[in-house]
Amino acid sequence: MAINSIVMVKQVPDTANISGQVMKEDGTVNRALLPAIFNHEDRVALELALQVQDTYSGKVTVITMGPPRASDVLRECLYMGADEAYLISDRKFAGADTLATSYVLSEAIRKIGRYDIIFSGRQAIDGDTAQVGPQTAEKLHIPQVTYTEEVLHIQDGKIRIKRKIEGGYEIVESGMPVLVTVLKDAVSPRPYKARRVMTYKNAKTLMELEKLVEGNSLLYIDQLKDEYLSKNLYIRTFTMDDLMLEAERCGVAGSPTKVHKVESVVLGGGQREMFHATKAGIGELIDKLMVDHIFG
Amino acid sequence: MERNNDVWVFIEQHNGKASDVSFELLSKGRKLAETLSGSLKSVVIGHNIESLAKETFRFGAVEAYTIDDQSLANYRTMPYSRIVNQLVDAHKPGIFLFGATIVGRDLAPRAASHSKSGLTADCTDLQISDVKYLRVDYKNLLLQIRPAFGGNIIATIISPDVQTQMATVREGVMRLEPLEKPGIGKITKIPYLPEAFDSIVEIIEQHRQENKVNLKSAPIIVAGGYGVGTKENFRFVEELAHAIGGEVAGSRAAVDAGFVTPDRQVGQTGVTVRPKLYIAVGISGAIQHRAGMQESNKIIAINSDADAPIFGVAHYGVVGDASQILPLFINVFKQKLK
Repeated sequence: MAINSIVMVKQVPDTANISGQVMKEDGTVNRALLPAIFNHEDRVALELALQVQDTYSGKVTVITMGPPRASDVLRECLYMGADEAYLISDRKFAGADTLATSYVLSEAIRKIGRYDIIFSGRQAIDGDTAQVGPQTAEKLHIPQVTYTEEVLHIQDGKIRIKRKIEGGYEIVESGMPVLVTVLKDAVSPRPYKARRVMTYKNAKTLMELEKLVEGNSLLYIDQLKDEYLSKNLYIRTFTMDDLMLEAERCGVAGSPTKVHKVESVVLGGGQREMFHATKAGIGELIDKLMVDHIFG
Repeated sequence: MERNNDVWVFIEQHNGKASDVSFELLSKGRKLAETLSGSLKSVVIGHNIESLAKETFRFGAVEAYTIDDQSLANYRTMPYSRIVNQLVDAHKPGIFLFGATIVGRDLAPRAASHSKSGLTADCTDLQISDVKYLRVDYKNLLLQIRPAFGGNIIATIISPDVQTQMATVREGVMRLEPLEKPGIGKITKIPYLPEAFDSIVEIIEQHRQENKVNLKSAPIIVAGGYGVGTKENFRFVEELAHAIGGEVAGSRAAVDAGFVTPDRQVGQTGVTVRPKLYIAVGISGAIQHRAGMQESNKIIAINSDADAPIFGVAHYGVVGDASQILPLFINVFKQKLK
């Protein structure tokens, strides 16, 4: 029984490596200056989908919602082994919170069609909310298994999964289709295949093909798209119109949560006493703690 | 939008025993409900949960919705979320709080998606306030406050146009405050009517160990960060903790680097602690970390970078290399307190 998977991936700013240069005067972060990376847990989710494919055959489709440059992570997915990639991109999606994001993703997945498993990382490092997976499952009216540590097996239309729970783990069995969110240590992602990199570095989204056409009067977009499709180098691209979405459920308009204010972090101006990193200095510090009745 | 003033808390239980975070949320929820002149209510799903439902009155709940069935003994996404969704549809609480636990983070997004509610994860504070947003005045909104974006900012999130404002909060963030004279609450039993879809995911087996690490109740904590440098150097952190009778902890960076296990992580996405003494070694002090320890009674910062933000919340500071300072600390401590 072939198992078809869709993997939801995200390009994220590398928040773990914020340096001085990316901080703006007002204390906020200049996102444009942060390197954009493949969210690690999503890469793990793709690996899990590829392992399912290795065992049971079937197709692995990857999908991301983001700005045009998010096509970078889709190409990385193709390097790893994904069969087909979709970019979901529209200016009107900007500013989406998890509810609006899950609406767009769920509609895109409906349009892509048949699938047995939707995989995604548990959460993305830029928000750490872990909400988009369950919200997408809810909108598709399918069950979910979150915090997955291991896929044990798939048999008779059911998938058996080991998942983390508070203080331990449980093994669950779910009917399909199901949405599965994956923890970072579930499996280690495979390296890129050199031959796939040589091929798929040329894969392009609709926006990227349009750029080529802009600079060359001899090219026609439909022709170019067909050519890329026939070579399996076309990254399928959905905009708001392609998905026939309700505008009021997308982007800022479709996001119930609003940022009321942001404050750059102001350190408490509390006085602190400094001690020298010497035997005498540390001795004074310990005396202080004895006076405070913490030691002794 | 006319919004209901009731504040609901989802009570997470295992074997009829509630997790601490549920009672912490009730304690906070009581204050929010008082400000709103609304009622605090608990939602208790499980099996043999009547005494647990009564326990929620001790933390200020005036009504408990209970759904009791043997098949609901353990949390499962499908029946639990369906029950919660039906309750929210029927009563439309103005605020609904969940623990930011594995269960809460599985359930709350599903509930928020169903009712198209705003949901903010991992809040470090919750307040009620009137808000002017895009030139519109809103009365009594829930301010959902959390560090964001690498911890360089604190964001206040609002959901002005929703029926139900939802938020998750980590264990330990809110203080546990039982009432001295609890009132007599009302238990409203809701029958469980199973549906086929409830059993689409079945639990085959479960393995749990009681959490042995209890950072929350440790009087002394020695925490190391990425600045400790290596796993070998982290040994000094452990030795110091051992010498002064403290628990070992770490920042998220230290956990990610493999210096210390995730159950010992202090901060917004770990545990929030308020010990008598907190020693932060090689921790720069990003807001996410400070959110989890800044209410400690006394804080010592040890860091080679004199400008590290951790010094901003510290009472005592030492600038220097941890691998030299910690052995020195242990020696002097042993001399003085032998």
